[in-house]
Amino acid sequence: MTQLSLLALSPLLIVSLTSVVVMLAIAIQRNHALIALISMAGLALALAATAGVWLTAAAPSALTALLIIDRFGSFYMGLILIAALATCALSYSYLARYPGRREEMYLLLLLATLGGMIMAAGAHFASLFVGLELLSMPMYGMAAYLVKERRSLEAGMKYLVLSAVASAFILFGMALIYSEWGTMIFGEIGAQLAVALDDAPLVLLGVALLLIGLGFKLSLAPFHLWTPDVYQGAPAPVVAFLGTASKVAVFALLLRYVVATHAAQDSALADALSLLAILSIIAGNVLALRQLNLKRLLAYSAIAHFGYMLVALISSGPLATEAVGVYLLTYTVTTLAAFGVISLVSSPLEREAEALCDYRGLFWRRPGLAAILTLALLSLAGVPLTAGFLGKFYVLGAGVDQRQWLLLGAVVVGSAVGLLFYLRAMIQLYLSPASAADLPAGVPASAGAVPASLGAGTGVLIVLLLLMLALGVYPSPFVNLAQGAGLSPETGVPVLTENR
Amino acid sequence: MMLLLLLLVPFIGGLVCWHLQRLDPGQARSVALGTMIVVLALALALWLTGDYSQTLLPLAGDPPGHWVQQFSVPWIPRLGIRFSLGLDGLSLLLVTLTALLGVLSVGCSWREIHTNAGFFYMNLLWNVVGVMGVFLATDLFLFFLFWEVMLVPMFFLIALWGHDIPGGRPRLYAAIKFFIFTQSAGLVMLVAILALVFVHYAASGELTFSYADLLATPMSARTAFWLMLGFGLAFAVKLPLVPFHSWLPDAHSQAPTAGSVILAGILLKTAAFGLLRYLLPLFPAASAAFAPYAMALGVLGIIYGAVCAFGQNDTKRLVAYTSISHMGFIVLGVFAGTQIALQGVMMQILAHGISAAGLFILCGELQERLETRDLRKMGGLWARFTNLPQFGLFFILASLGLPGLGNFLGEFLILLGTFKAHPRLAMIGTVGLVLSAVYSLILMQRTFYGKPGTEAPIPDLDRREFAILTTLAAVMIWLGLYPRPFFAVSRAPMQALQSQYAPAATEPGEPATVREIP
Repeated sequence: MTQLSLLALSPLLIVSLTSVVVMLAIAIQRNHALIALISMAGLALALAATAGVWLTAAAPSALTALLIIDRFGSFYMGLILIAALATCALSYSYLARYPGRREEMYLLLLLATLGGMIMAAGAHFASLFVGLELLSMPMYGMAAYLVKERRSLEAGMKYLVLSAVASAFILFGMALIYSEWGTMIFGEIGAQLAVALDDAPLVLLGVALLLIGLGFKLSLAPFHLWTPDVYQGAPAPVVAFLGTASKVAVFALLLRYVVATHAAQDSALADALSLLAILSIIAGNVLALRQLNLKRLLAYSAIAHFGYMLVALISSGPLATEAVGVYLLTYTVTTLAAFGVISLVSSPLEREAEALCDYRGLFWRRPGLAAILTLALLSLAGVPLTAGFLGKFYVLGAGVDQRQWLLLGAVVVGSAVGLLFYLRAMIQLYLSPASAADLPAGVPASAGAVPASLGAGTGVLIVLLLLMLALGVYPSPFVNLAQGAGLSPETGVPVLTENR
Repeated sequence: MMLLLLLLVPFIGGLVCWHLQRLDPGQARSVALGTMIVVLALALALWLTGDYSQTLLPLAGDPPGHWVQQFSVPWIPRLGIRFSLGLDGLSLLLVTLTALLGVLSVGCSWREIHTNAGFFYMNLLWNVVGVMGVFLATDLFLFFLFWEVMLVPMFFLIALWGHDIPGGRPRLYAAIKFFIFTQSAGLVMLVAILALVFVHYAASGELTFSYADLLATPMSARTAFWLMLGFGLAFAVKLPLVPFHSWLPDAHSQAPTAGSVILAGILLKTAAFGLLRYLLPLFPAASAAFAPYAMALGVLGIIYGAVCAFGQNDTKRLVAYTSISHMGFIVLGVFAGTQIALQGVMMQILAHGISAAGLFILCGELQERLETRDLRKMGGLWARFTNLPQFGLFFILASLGLPGLGNFLGEFLILLGTFKAHPRLAMIGTVGLVLSAVYSLILMQRTFYGKPGTEAPIPDLDRREFAILTTLAAVMIWLGLYPRPFFAVSRAPMQALQSQYAPAATEPGEPATVREIP
């Protein structure tokens, strides 16, 4: 192993090493603050290493058949690491008053992060599966972390069962493809697909199964049924991770697969993806309309957002990978901020602050948190000057570039419907504060003084707020970053011939 | 640099108001008033110092002109987006109108807003920022950004400080309806903008959102038609053109007075501005092809708004429907596209801004005093006030188009300019003038005349309210009696627009008529 490949692997190595250190530290002495600190230091170091890889890996280099280290991978690794860092800080604030064992959360988080990073760099079915399982297994534990709480346990169980089924689908799909063509490398599959899909029914079935499995993980409609329940039951910081890092990893892998195998050029597959996109956009937005629970609402909103991202993916023009990169970046920042606010007003001891009425008048009690949540909701709705608008702009751009008018129509209609519930949720924050008697029991943090342990979470939220604003107001550096992370070699500006 | 100040001053003023929310909410209104006065002074300074005989659009045969003032810095170079502002006579008039109504809307909220005043004035000022941005932007991305951003503060104004009329729908409903209508139509415009940019890219190899570059984009008639519809939808909803109007009466009846003033006085005008600045110059041929339908919708709006206004029992809803009727004239004039009609449109924009603002302020003052807006509970108010009814009569007469006041001039010029090319539509439009007399007089009759329920006097206008209404009335008379300074400022942009649009609008062979207004 040369020095260069060691450097290329260093983010993965650092995270693995950190998880071992954390495990040992827990064995020696349980110290919540120390463990959190070690984890965050490790993640930060890995983030720095990722930046190093970005700078050195101008050209993609294959490390074994399993991993490809390139700017695309390091961009998404960076996103996952940022999400993990934010989750660490939020968990620290959230768990500070939890009486049970707090330290294992960080261990699980580190392992899941490692899995996600492997997926971001994976270009092989083996790395797909290893990464996916390494990502999912700790997530079950994280979702069920508050084991004494029925809702948390339920969320964990639900996620475990459905996720395992999805993994089985993926495994079977990969097996079918392998049985036909004898290769598990994305690039080689692409070469085969280009010549001989029609006379390979097994492969078609395999691809379909693969798609279904990934659809489960991304909570695309109609495979979305687990999402609202898990979002509602799992602790808020865990949902922040689940909603961002785990989906970024899966989507990055899907993107790499689709681009490497030219899958979007295949009309049958493109049609299937289009159907998934439209269904997700409609189901997500329409089902969110009736939610009175903020976490469930955000779950449905996530379904719709991955529908929007699929639109960019299907467009597959030169803008597509850049659009997905920008969208995932804005989505990650926004979702982390929204769940960050929820974690800070919630407490593991009691019921989480999740009903919309818990947030009534938050602006007049805690203006900072309310302003961040407002911005996050506006950003999810795609209002200009927030991060979300940039993402939506890119998705529309990618769609217009490839003249996907049907999908664009779905995005426009979906956004219009989406506004309804985002605005309804947002205005709750500003309505005249409910009197103390009206406040449901179990929202202590919203009224009392800010405990010191909230410091970490608050700091993260401020950073996220600044990021959201920066992405909306001065997106140029981020756009260049996402452009650098494009996949196809000819990432120039789009080419469009006029429709005559 | 002056242009940037027009945006920065109210933005910073808004920030200050937000902080005063915590420190001393009582001071917020003074800060807001001061801010808006500075903005008005800036606008007037621009008026006095600039030479408005130029605009970007070329006159027939002339080389392209230039903005009177401009400001441009790169913003997102990767996508060819610049932060660029530009000013010509058209934008100057609208900027000044915005600044004036901004000052007055702070004034008319002086006593109405008690709760969370700091946050209220922040929203008011930021709304002004958004509107100013729409008028000044010369980059399509920036234009769209401001177009959408101005909705958010207005949403808050309606949702948080609005009125819940008993028996009516809640104000949140009105606010969300307003937002969804305008934002989703805006998204369609965004798709059209992107398509235009890509079409331009395909033709020239340059990715740019700059207004000046996109002007002469070569495209097929079919593409142009669809893109024109995309832009047109956003403007039609905002204008509002029947059948996209249903958000307006709801938004108006629930909005606080200042919200109504801004909404009717300025926000609707952004759509008229959009037609003049973007739709016609970018797609002259497609607009001309679509003109008969657009004008028919405009005429429909004139009649429909007037008829609906007649049937209302809520004063603010009534005035809202009259706005639909008056905006119908603007559509008629814009698509007629003759020099006279376009100058009439400009006058109508200003005059309607002033008269609608006056009427909404009066409605607000009546509501403050009577605690109702129901016409059935009014009547005989003339006897119970000393000054207010006179102002009422004045603005109602202005709205029905009394010669000597601005609205008359606007509507007359529009009809005159339309008549030559489209005599039938102009004739039907003229019926609107008659109908406007009907609803205006009914409004007057039902509020101020008749037998009073009680004789008890009601507190009359205080000095602040008197000053606001006097200012509006004075501007109105000025517009009606000595419109030349306004016409002089808007002449260059209107002439240029006409010379772009007329060749497309008239049949080949028939020379385009360019007629001067002295």
